[in-house]
Amino acid sequence: MIGQIIFIILLSAAGYMAFKRFQFVRRNILLGRDVKIEGESSDRWGTMIRVALGQGKMFSRPIAAIFHLFLYVGFVIINIEVIEIVLDGVLGQHRLFHGIGPIYNWLMASFEVLAFLVILGCVVFLYRRNIAKLARFHWREMTNWPKSDANIILFTEIALMSAFLSMNAAESILAARGIEHYVNLGTLPISQFVTPFLDGCSDGMLIFVERFCWWFHIIGILAFIVYLSYSKHLHILLAFPNTYYSKLRPAGALDNMSNVTNEVKLMMDPAAQVVEDPLAPKKFGAKDVADLTWVQLMNAYSCTECGRCTSQCPANQTGKLLSPRKIMMDTRDRMEEVGRCMDAGVSYDNKSLLGDYITFEELWACTSCNACTEACPININPLEIIIDLRRYLMMEESQSPESITTMLTNIENNGAPWAFAQADRGNWTQE
Amino acid sequence: MAEFQVRTMADCMAAGETPEVLFWVGCAGSFDDRAKKITKAIANILHKANVSFAILGSEESCTGDPAKRAGNEFLFQMMAMQNIEVMNAYEVKKIVTGCPHCFNTLKNEYPALGGNYEVMHHTQLIQDLIADGKLSIEGGAFKGKKITFHDPCYLGRGNGEYEAPRALIQKLDAELVEMKRCKTNGLCCGAGGAQMFKEAEKGNKEVNIERTEDALAIQPNVIATGCPFCNTMMTDGVKHFEQEHVIAVKDIAELIAEAGEL
Ligand code: HEM
Ligand code: SF4
Ligand code: SF4
Repeated sequence: MIGQIIFIILLSAAGYMAFKRFQFVRRNILLGRDVKIEGESSDRWGTMIRVALGQGKMFSRPIAAIFHLFLYVGFVIINIEVIEIVLDGVLGQHRLFHGIGPIYNWLMASFEVLAFLVILGCVVFLYRRNIAKLARFHWREMTNWPKSDANIILFTEIALMSAFLSMNAAESILAARGIEHYVNLGTLPISQFVTPFLDGCSDGMLIFVERFCWWFHIIGILAFIVYLSYSKHLHILLAFPNTYYSKLRPAGALDNMSNVTNEVKLMMDPAAQVVEDPLAPKKFGAKDVADLTWVQLMNAYSCTECGRCTSQCPANQTGKLLSPRKIMMDTRDRMEEVGRCMDAGVSYDNKSLLGDYITFEELWACTSCNACTEACPININPLEIIIDLRRYLMMEESQSPESITTMLTNIENNGAPWAFAQADRGNWTQE
Repeated sequence: MAEFQVRTMADCMAAGETPEVLFWVGCAGSFDDRAKKITKAIANILHKANVSFAILGSEESCTGDPAKRAGNEFLFQMMAMQNIEVMNAYEVKKIVTGCPHCFNTLKNEYPALGGNYEVMHHTQLIQDLIADGKLSIEGGAFKGKKITFHDPCYLGRGNGEYEAPRALIQKLDAELVEMKRCKTNGLCCGAGGAQMFKEAEKGNKEVNIERTEDALAIQPNVIATGCPFCNTMMTDGVKHFEQEHVIAVKDIAELIAEAGEL
């Protein structure tokens, strides 16, 4: 009975904390401006199924993809077990679903195989981060927190899966010893290798181990859910909406700024008929997170910090300051900062994404080559944020490299980026 | 161009004709000495295949691509609207470009401003001409030569066209060799996003040098390009390594024109 009460309190507390955090994240994303979602929803579902559900873009790096697939499938399926744990906890039952028949043992056996694969995946991921020190996990923006974030999750998953396996092992021995309550799970593929370590224990000790692992497992999962929202692991949820809302048009196409269209039309013909676009932003370009669209902000919360974008970026590979992953991490950090300030009722205007987080030098190193958008396994688009920030620099602050100003003046005056006369454009036909 | 006269849309209109295709030359293609050779090769191919085409000549302007990517949407839209006005007045339906940046902008960014055309990159049109039997490549000038293709970002990743240029290289009976980074993984030449018109930001290498190293690693006879800016960047890269006598940098259109002895 006490156990039930503690369990319900823990469950409610975790539920409440997770709810508050997810509300915070949602509110921050909705700081972004609204945007018209183009294209058919069937195409969007297709993208989501291919890229998120089917992990379609992960496989350009097959080793990472396979071990991630273990984590992904393992995590999703083993969570069926969590339903049982929660019901047991609330109702004060033990292995509630065991009554469903032999399929229970079969399910438990397959969960064990998956748990083993999850552990294997985590070990490999820890190895490539901390021992093999894969370059993409160690760039400038990978400071202490992003590095620990990944390790925390990997260690936690190993601990959770080990608890699950030890729990099954203790259960099997107790059942074999004929102790009341404990159920025969049949021959389990993985935990049978754990039983020899526990065989020498007294009944009391085993009961303690079984209960300890049970509590550890469920508390761990509850903590994980709360932790998710603080971490890059939000991707396990946001990867789905993020791919759904990702761009369907060709990567080369940049959006048309409708607020500019109206001004240009009136400039060229003061009598022109213009239609106000209700979604058109007030500013030209983006200075801070609220000037970006909510889809761009969701991108930032979805980023796994895997660095595939940066490892393909021509600017980054040739030693420039620009890193598309940092663009996403900065956007997220700034969004969290704005969110915290709003909640505390203090001003956040003394800083902005442009300048305080992302600098002129980074923005101007981008060649708009789309290597980053192509590389991203969850269809994040760092380039469009870069362009929006450049737009603000250019149109609101008239800031650009000197040679760019010259180039633009040439275009304006003679219709070409160089100082050649437009009248001479056809001269090549005579040469 | 001695063999025939390239006409402008204005010439055609005066003669009461409507050409099927507008050849959008682009700024580099009009003014850069190296790129003009590519322009002429394209014009020759179109002529040889009996395509009814014309250029805008002095009525063409920058599409606005570098302005848009530099963040100056005002200037971009001004250029775009002027160009659209001109093209719509000539009732342009189909455009072929010699530059992937013009191609991308005309195809993807003009419709929102009232410019709706069928836009093709020159490698796509040439591929169609060959498929339709309007153009054939006889001469074996490149037979057995090792040719690699450097994907322009705005043709490849930007618009998903990886095959047309490669199919043309194969038509030359040449050996198509790929750099370690190619197609979706291709590395930019460093010119896009208005970088062409400025000094690179501080770093430890120029992007075109990094890319040229990819090409040198596979020792091709020719680096084929599909963009006048890539062409400049790769030519500079090859010169940097003093390989210009060993490796030629040529646009696909030039290869086709040379092979057909146009
Ligand atoms: C729903 C269950 C999922 C779980 C439990 C999960 C778990 C994880 C974990 C633990 C990592 C950390 C690896 C590390 O940083 O060392 C990771 C990385 C990653 N995840 Fe997931 N993930 C899930 C779903 C997804 C989905 C749907 C996608 C979409 C494609 C995705 C894409 C990624 C990517 C791109 C990385 C970085 C991989 C790399 O560094 O190579 N994940 N995931
Ligand atoms: S588009 Fe810009 S940020 Fe993205 S890979 Fe290319 S240069 Fe880097
Ligand atoms: S933007 Fe995409 S590719 Fe880049 S670090 Fe984030 S998840 Fe990885």
